Amino acid sequence: MNIDKKICDDLVANDVSFVTTVPCKQLAGVIEEVDQREDIFHIPSNKEDEGMGLCAGALMGGKRSAIIMQNTAIGVTINTLATLIQYYRMPLPMIISYRGELREPVACQVEMAVHTKALLAQLNIPTYHFHWQKDVEEFDNILKYTFMCNKPVAILTDANFWGGYGDQ
Amino acid sequence: MIRSEILKDIALILRDQLVVCNIGIPSQELHAIDDQPTNFYMLGTMGLASSIGLGLALAQDKTVISIDGDGSVLTNLGTLPTIGNNCPNNFILMIIDNGSYGSTGDQPTYTGKKTDLAAMARAAGCDNVVEVQDVDTGEALQAAIDGKRGTVMVVKCDSGNAKMPVITMDPVVIKDRFMKAVKAS
Ligand SMILES: [Mg+2]
Repeated sequence: MNIDKKICDDLVANDVSFVTTVPCKQLAGVIEEVDQREDIFHIPSNKEDEGMGLCAGALMGGKRSAIIMQNTAIGVTINTLATLIQYYRMPLPMIISYRGELREPVACQVEMAVHTKALLAQLNIPTYHFHWQKDVEEFDNILKYTFMCNKPVAILTDANFWGGYGDQ
Repeated sequence: MIRSEILKDIALILRDQLVVCNIGIPSQELHAIDDQPTNFYMLGTMGLASSIGLGLALAQDKTVISIDGDGSVLTNLGTLPTIGNNCPNNFILMIIDNGSYGSTGDQPTYTGKKTDLAAMARAAGCDNVVEVQDVDTGEALQAAIDGKRGTVMVVKCDSGNAKMPVITMDPVVIKDRFMKAVKAS
């Protein structure tokens, strides 16, 4: 199974046509796939709170939006999640590369990894963790759930899910 | 002129447009001067008026005006390259540059010193940047709307705030009526 393609297929099937991204090594494949899809408008952002602003605007313009980012971004976006996305009740699927988990080669990434789920729990953000490739089968249901309840929803995707770092 | 005088001056131009208004006193002033369903008031999240406006302009065809401030643009400077590289014809970023953080007690920002937001916008790739004085705002804004090309306006004005009530409308109500206004033909 090509998980990059599956994620994009599910986004399109759920009418998500506006996607912003802040890159991560693990996300390179899915970002490229998003960029190449004709039915998805891809706009890279410079910071994740900026990206959430773009998504909020697109949503109010009638387009379902999503953000692809790294888990370090949770540290950047807590205010935006609380005072924009949650306060105005906006649905926002957040496809998050969960750095600092099993098979992580960079020690510093663990420092935010240990806070990631606690911060999301503190914000009452529904959170899913993809560890095995087959976990992606749930993605379609998660998108439907997100647009049903009008909340930000986190999908944490770790290195094992993406197939590790090759020789590392 | 201070910001509230400019907003009074251009209220009739803004009335028919989709407006995303910056957090704090700017939204309170616009709300008090001419509340419209076509206004989206930011109640929190400093810095994102330009990003929300850009996303909205990219998602539909109507003209969108983001009313931003110098302090708010400085806190989200990454917005300028994103606008510069993606700006649709229907987006106007109007930065009311009074050289101060108005909502927090008029502390000076760097734009009142050496920093030039218009030059920064140009350097970030924004093709159509105009700097105007407060009294010329209406004319420049109307020209930007009629010109139908993406524009960044930097409006130089005096620091100061009008005393306006806090917005008590529920955020979901603000969003809901705004989205209906976006959809309406
Ligand atoms: Mg200011």
